[in-house]
Amino acid sequence: MTRTRLTWANVSILSQLRSPAVRDSLGIGVAVGAAGLAFGTAAVAAGLSPAQSVFLSLFMFTGASQFALVGVIAGGGNLAAGALGALLLGARNTLYGLRLTEVLGWRGAKRALAAHGVIDETTAVTLAQPDRESARIAFVTTYAVLGSFWVAFTLLGALATERVSDIDAFGLDAVGPAIFLGLLWPRLRDEGGRTRLIALLGAGVALATTPILPPGVPVLLAASAGLIALFGPEPRVPGPVDGNGPVSGRNEEVGS
Amino acid sequence: MTLWIALIATAAGCYLLKYAGMAAPRRLLDNPWLRRFAIAVPVALLAALIAVEALRGEGQALAWDTARMAGVGAAVLALVLRAPFLVVVVAAAATTAALRALGL
Repeated sequence: MTRTRLTWANVSILSQLRSPAVRDSLGIGVAVGAAGLAFGTAAVAAGLSPAQSVFLSLFMFTGASQFALVGVIAGGGNLAAGALGALLLGARNTLYGLRLTEVLGWRGAKRALAAHGVIDETTAVTLAQPDRESARIAFVTTYAVLGSFWVAFTLLGALATERVSDIDAFGLDAVGPAIFLGLLWPRLRDEGGRTRLIALLGAGVALATTPILPPGVPVLLAASAGLIALFGPEPRVPGPVDGNGPVSGRNEEVGS
Repeated sequence: MTLWIALIATAAGCYLLKYAGMAAPRRLLDNPWLRRFAIAVPVALLAALIAVEALRGEGQALAWDTARMAGVGAAVLALVLRAPFLVVVVAAAATTAALRALGL
């Protein structure tokens, strides 16, 4: 944490506030971080304590995995299945890390600390920057703002939910699907029909098996829909294509 | 206690997955089959999560909840209109809450 803050403090705050890197980072950081309210709510509703909810936001720090895990706990499912689902979802961060490490160019302790901040949003904002300097600023800003908002709002949501008896009255059961939709939407919109087919099949497999398999397992089985990606031509994704095709629509290479 | 252990283990695993990417040799990404599958998996998982959470019923049963589905519809509409993430989430919750207040 300290090292990130030092890097951040090294840059002149006033001039940086005007840079697009910081503006994007602040906007996304605040908006997504505030969604921690929904996570705190969902976690406590699932039976976690506020301390456990905040622990997940602080250390697991990857929204989709967190929601998937508490979703399984809420359904009374097997903890191992919940953990496996969270890890499978978290595996996309491995891919992000592969790209980010080239762009950020950090080593040792700095890299180990930065790894904690590798999520959808930090990756999207960082890889959208034109050069390494603004990529580093974007990464640190998004990580710091989103991270602190995410944790603080998780606590807020968790404490509030402990005092509220009927969570459904606030429509919070619609928040989980809405967040997953928000994460999935750019790929449904920007990639080809095959991506949509994978999504449809994944949803179909999960729905068909939900009544007969333990909670958490249907979502794991849905991963098999990803096998469709192995067939046919390389996916058509906008942007420059190297020899093996791009990693994904929004993960375009940044000058490094 | 079991729950705490599961939470700590999963959090540690999620961190290691992130770190593995940051520290892994570049050539891992050069395997086209691994890469295609790894890119596709989140699409399948997120779609599955949307479907299962939207249609969650009592126990393992699926159920149609009009207010909740309207909330999901509001989220789709907000996304089509390219609304910011927070607006998408608030639109979903507000729509569902409003319909429930109206007795749906």
